[in-house]
Amino acid sequence: MIRYIITRTAGLLGVLFVVSIITFALMHTVPGGPFDARALEKQQMVPENIKRQLNEKYGLDEPVWKQYALFVRNAVSLDFGYSMAYPNRTVIGIFREQWSYSLQLGLLTFIFSLIVGAGLGIFSAIKPNSLLDYFGTGVSIFCLVIPSFVFAILLQVIFSVWLGWLPTGGWSSPRHWIMPVLANSLAPVLVLQRYTRASMTDAMKANYVRTARAKGLSRKRIMFVHVFKNALTPLLTVGGPLAAGLIVGSFFVESIFRIPGIGFYFVSAIGSRDYPMIMATTLVWTLIISLAYLVTDLLYALADPRVTLLKEE
Amino acid sequence: MPKSNNLRLLWRRFARNKLAVIALFFIILQIIFTVAAPYIAPYNPYKGDFLATWETPNRLHWLGTDDLGRDVLSRLLYGARISISIGVLSQLAIALVGIPIGAIAGLKGGWFDYVIMRVIDVLSSLPTILFYILLMIALGAGFWNLILAMTLTGWIGIARLVRGQVLSLKKTDFIRASRAMGAGNWYIIKKHILRNVMTPIIVSVALGIPGAMFAEAGLSFLGLGIPAPQASWGQMVGMYQAYIRTAWHLTVFPSILLALTMLAWFLFADGIREALDTNNKFLNC
Repeated sequence: MIRYIITRTAGLLGVLFVVSIITFALMHTVPGGPFDARALEKQQMVPENIKRQLNEKYGLDEPVWKQYALFVRNAVSLDFGYSMAYPNRTVIGIFREQWSYSLQLGLLTFIFSLIVGAGLGIFSAIKPNSLLDYFGTGVSIFCLVIPSFVFAILLQVIFSVWLGWLPTGGWSSPRHWIMPVLANSLAPVLVLQRYTRASMTDAMKANYVRTARAKGLSRKRIMFVHVFKNALTPLLTVGGPLAAGLIVGSFFVESIFRIPGIGFYFVSAIGSRDYPMIMATTLVWTLIISLAYLVTDLLYALADPRVTLLKEE
Repeated sequence: MPKSNNLRLLWRRFARNKLAVIALFFIILQIIFTVAAPYIAPYNPYKGDFLATWETPNRLHWLGTDDLGRDVLSRLLYGARISISIGVLSQLAIALVGIPIGAIAGLKGGWFDYVIMRVIDVLSSLPTILFYILLMIALGAGFWNLILAMTLTGWIGIARLVRGQVLSLKKTDFIRASRAMGAGNWYIIKKHILRNVMTPIIVSVALGIPGAMFAEAGLSFLGLGIPAPQASWGQMVGMYQAYIRTAWHLTVFPSILLALTMLAWFLFADGIREALDTNNKFLNC
C-alpha cells in the first residue's frame, strides 16, 4: 500500500513537471506579450521604454530557462506572483477569494447530477426497456450532444427573457443557482446515468443474485443487500474524478451566468494574456484532478477487498 | 462482387435504425445546403447593411440581422461550412497521424512504444478542454490552427485504440506466419492490421466528428476558434450572448442549429457503430 502510494505520487510529480513545462513553453510561444494586449484594449501603444521596464519588473527580460526555474521555485511555495490583469492582486489571492463560488457551483451540480443521474440509472436498470429506461436514454443522448453553453443560452432565453421567472446571471440567491446548476450538470448526468445503469445491469445478472432469488429472498432485500452494494462501489471510480472536475469550476457556465469563480477568471485571463493566472490555473487543476484519481483508486481498494493495487504496476 | 454485397448488407443493417436514417437524411440535406450556400444564401454574409441593424426576424430577413446588419440566415449557412469541414477534416488528420503511431508502437514495441505511451500518459492527464485552450492561445485563432490543435490532442485516443488492437493481433498465427515469410512492418500494417482494425477506427472517426464540432463551437464561443469576420455557430453564440435580452434571435438560432447538427451526427455515428458490430454498445459504457 505505502509503496503504491509512493510510486503513484512520484508519477504525479512527473506529470506536474511535464505539464508545467508544456504550459510554460506554450505561454512563451504566444504572439504578443501581456502588455501588448492591454495596449490593444486601451487603444494606445505602450512606449518602448515603459514596456522594457514592465518586462524587467515581471522578470520577462531574463532567459527563458531562468524564468522557468524561478517560476518552479515560487510555485512550490504556492507563490504564483501577481496577476497581470489585476496588478494589485496576487494569483493565489484571486484563487482564495473566488474559489468559493466555483466550489458552491460544483458541489450543487454534483449533488443534483448524483440524484438525477444515478436515480435514472438505477430505475432504468431495474426495469429495462420500460418507458423510464427510454426516458433515461433520451436524457443521456441530450446530455451528450448539447454543448453546455447552448443549453445555458436556451435556458436563459426561455426562463429569463420570455417568461421572466429567473435572473439571467449572478450568484446571490438560490434563484440564481437553478439555471447554472442545470447547465453545468449535462456531462455529469450523462456519465452517472450510463455508468450506474451498466453497473447495475451487470450486478443483477450475477450468480449471487440468482442464488439470493432462488433462496426466496424478497426483492427489496436482494436490491439493498446484494445489488446496490456491489453495483454502486464502481461508481466511486467515476464519481471521484467527476467531483474534482466540477469543483475546479466551469469556463462556459461561469462566464455565461457571470459567476465570479475560477472558470470566469480563467476565461478573462485568456483574453488579457495573463500568464501567471493561466499557468497557475492549469497547474492547480491538473494537480487536483490527478490527486482525485489517486485518492479514488485508494478508496476503491478500501471499499472492495477484491481489488489489489499492486497488480497494476 | 463481394464488396458491393458487403456494402448492401451494411446499408440494410444501418437502415434498421430509423433514427439513424433520419439523421443521415438531415446530414445530406445540410451538406447540400452548405455546398450550395453561395447560390442560395439570400444575402452576402460578410456585407453589413447599416440601415437594417439588430432586426428581429421579418419578411426580408427571415432570421433577422446582427449588430452590423448582416443577415443571420446567410451567416448560419456559411457557419455550417465551418462546422462540417472542421468535423470531417480534423478526424481525417487525426486518423492519418494516430493510426501509424499506434500501429508502429504496437508492432515494434521497445523504446518507441515506451516513449509513446509515456507521452500519451502525460497528455491525457491534462483536462482536454484545458489542453485545447492552451494550444489555441499559443497558435492563435484560425481554421487551420483549430485542425492542428485537434490533431495534436486527438491522435492520443486513436493511437491507443490501434495499439491495443495491434498488440492482440500481433500474437495471431497469420501475422506470425507473414513475418516468418519475411514481411516488413509496413507490409504487415497495410495488408493485415489495417483491415482488421478498420471497424473500431471507422466508429471512432464517426463519433469524433460531432466531438470535433463540439470543440470548435466551444473554442469559438471563447473567442479562440474561428476569428471574427468568418461565421461560426459557436462564435455567434459567444459574441451575442450578452445581448440576449434585446436580440435573442442572434443566439437562439445558432444554438438550435448546433444542437440539431450534433444530434444528427451522433445518431448517424451510432447507427454506423450498430451496423458494423452489435456486441459493443457505446452508450452502455
